[in-house]
Amino acid sequence: MATAISVKNIGKQYKIGAAESKFRYNMLRDVIVDTVSAPIRLAKAMIGKSDHRMNQNYVWALKDVSFDLEEGKVLGIVGRNGAGKSTLLKILSRVTEPTVGTVSVRGRVGSLLEVGTGFHPELTGRENIYMNGAILGMKRTEIDSKFDEIVDFSEVTQYIDTPVKRYSSGMYLRLAFAVAAHLEPEILVVDEVLAVGDAEFQKKCLGKMGDVAQQGRTVLFVSHNMSAILRLTQEAIVLNKGQMLMRAPTQEAVDFYLSSGQAQAGERIWEAEDIPAASAPFRPISLRIKNRSGKAVDTVRSTESVTVEFEYQLDASVTGLRVGMYLSTIRGEYVFTSFDTDAPNLFEKFDSRNAGRYISRAEIPADVFNEGRYTIGVNASSFGVRRYFMDENAIAFNVDVSGAPGTHWPEPRVGPVRPRLNWSIEKLG
Amino acid sequence: MTEITKHEPHTVYIKPSKGLAALNLRDLWVYRELIFFMVWRDVKVKYKQTLLGMAWAVIQPVMTMLVFTFLFDKVAKLPTEGVPYPVFSFTALLPWGLFVVALNQGSRSLVAHNNMVTKIYFPRLILPMSSVFSGLVDFAIAFVILVILMFYYQVTPAWNLLWTLPLFLLLAIVTALGVALWLSAINVQYRDVNQALPFLTQFWLFATPVAYSATVISEKWQILYSLNPMAGVVNGFRWSLLGIGNGPDITLWVSTGISILIFISGLFYFRSMEKTFADTI
Repeated sequence: MATAISVKNIGKQYKIGAAESKFRYNMLRDVIVDTVSAPIRLAKAMIGKSDHRMNQNYVWALKDVSFDLEEGKVLGIVGRNGAGKSTLLKILSRVTEPTVGTVSVRGRVGSLLEVGTGFHPELTGRENIYMNGAILGMKRTEIDSKFDEIVDFSEVTQYIDTPVKRYSSGMYLRLAFAVAAHLEPEILVVDEVLAVGDAEFQKKCLGKMGDVAQQGRTVLFVSHNMSAILRLTQEAIVLNKGQMLMRAPTQEAVDFYLSSGQAQAGERIWEAEDIPAASAPFRPISLRIKNRSGKAVDTVRSTESVTVEFEYQLDASVTGLRVGMYLSTIRGEYVFTSFDTDAPNLFEKFDSRNAGRYISRAEIPADVFNEGRYTIGVNASSFGVRRYFMDENAIAFNVDVSGAPGTHWPEPRVGPVRPRLNWSIEKLG
Repeated sequence: MTEITKHEPHTVYIKPSKGLAALNLRDLWVYRELIFFMVWRDVKVKYKQTLLGMAWAVIQPVMTMLVFTFLFDKVAKLPTEGVPYPVFSFTALLPWGLFVVALNQGSRSLVAHNNMVTKIYFPRLILPMSSVFSGLVDFAIAFVILVILMFYYQVTPAWNLLWTLPLFLLLAIVTALGVALWLSAINVQYRDVNQALPFLTQFWLFATPVAYSATVISEKWQILYSLNPMAGVVNGFRWSLLGIGNGPDITLWVSTGISILIFISGLFYFRSMEKTFADTI
């Protein structure tokens, strides 16, 4: 079988500050200073004195990644935030160039993250289909021949000659997705992390991806949702800090990914290089899962309460900060979301937080979890203003259910929670 | 939906681009339809939800012409080489209008479409190109007004306009595109361009013989004056349409040379910056 994608030693270097943070632009005066000092740096380089500044200002988002992918294969890509997953996809879809290395791609690359790119609110649905199709690289005749199919798929037939600014957001997304879905590329790239839209829409994306894979096309799939990765791919690669750690059958890769990356059992510590520059002034320090006796543990008992402790540093005062967690199963289904200022009194008291070190601590009561493995994602944001930091898979822990309700029957129970309910049994008559 | 490919897929090699190979004209040809769609969209959207619609394409140059006529003809009484002032200034406003669109829309084109730039591949050259081309539609409308004005003032056009005018229009496009290439690429990294544009437009208007005749510049400064490529374009339009001025002399060749220089260097600068657009925008 032919090779669809061949990646050889690619690397991508970013300049920190300019590229990482959207809030800072290069100033012309910096460049003027740089230009003036360039001959000096060049001279230094020529006499063999390497310039340290060069190394400090750049970071490798992707380093020395190589793999081949055969036509018709579906490859999953897993890794934490900032592992280089999106950078890899951007290079493959030619949005950005690698700094080093080569890639050969056989066929057209389509991506489900391009949904709606180039849509103009003033144009009608019909006009936007042509416009968007052209942007995605479709020929006019190609769009003509697929036009009816696209309109049917989008379910907006009635409004096809209405400007899309009058569409509901659901209609807008359906139309945009319909165009992208009919591009029929030889290689499809799906970045679920960046996918927009509601759960229904995301489900549709995944469904489309499954169809595409069954037609024998090549698919690259990035997701934080391990169950989707397990369901849709046979093979996966694990990226960490820009480097490819392994390529293996999906189950093996997912197990490796989930068990790696924790400093020690029950505790996650963020090193300086793990923290994106854009998260300033918020700086995560550590996250701990503690059992009833206050010990950081990897496995907790369902019958005991669990304490989750998130320690962080604020380098400047922040207004309206809320720090919280997303708790989900290892399959990626959310169990709950909770923030430290959910309670009205705390919400008022911590209206603004001064610079300093903080711990946000939550107690999850006993008799919540069912048997299995769970992950906690953390998030720090000011509602409606800015998200400072987020890590969807900050830490994972196991739950042991011995002594929990119903364990006298040796059978697994479905569902992520196992509450102790107040049953009563009444005999009538 | 079942058949996968009708043709043998084309293999694309992605690697760090260097030098002349970066000038990937083949892709520009593959994506030619996108240029058409972008121009079509710009034109279509430009006057949407305006009361006067396309009439704005007429009102803008006509109002400018009227103001110029009052200030420079009635008040300042500038020489016009025997041509009625309204026709004299309107002839220059045609290429100038095209240039202003390129300067403003073209320079902002990459930043304005940053969601396209950061999400998908297409030759980035298409963005400044289509901004400049969409200015041609307003140019065509204004040209009709010029014809009407010439009839009204009974100005006889020069006989050689049939072949000289297309050439000068081409020169106007090359100049406009060259400047748009430079400024749009710089704008990706330094938003200073956005701040400088209103000032630059105004300054450039004063440095170009739109409201006045290039003959008011003294002989010894003519070469220096012609370093402004728009001076050559505007003088060329007047010579071609109205038969005034010196025609192709040394100053025109200097202007043309500068235009081509800006265009070629702009093309290479743009291409060398293109690989980092998605990262820095």
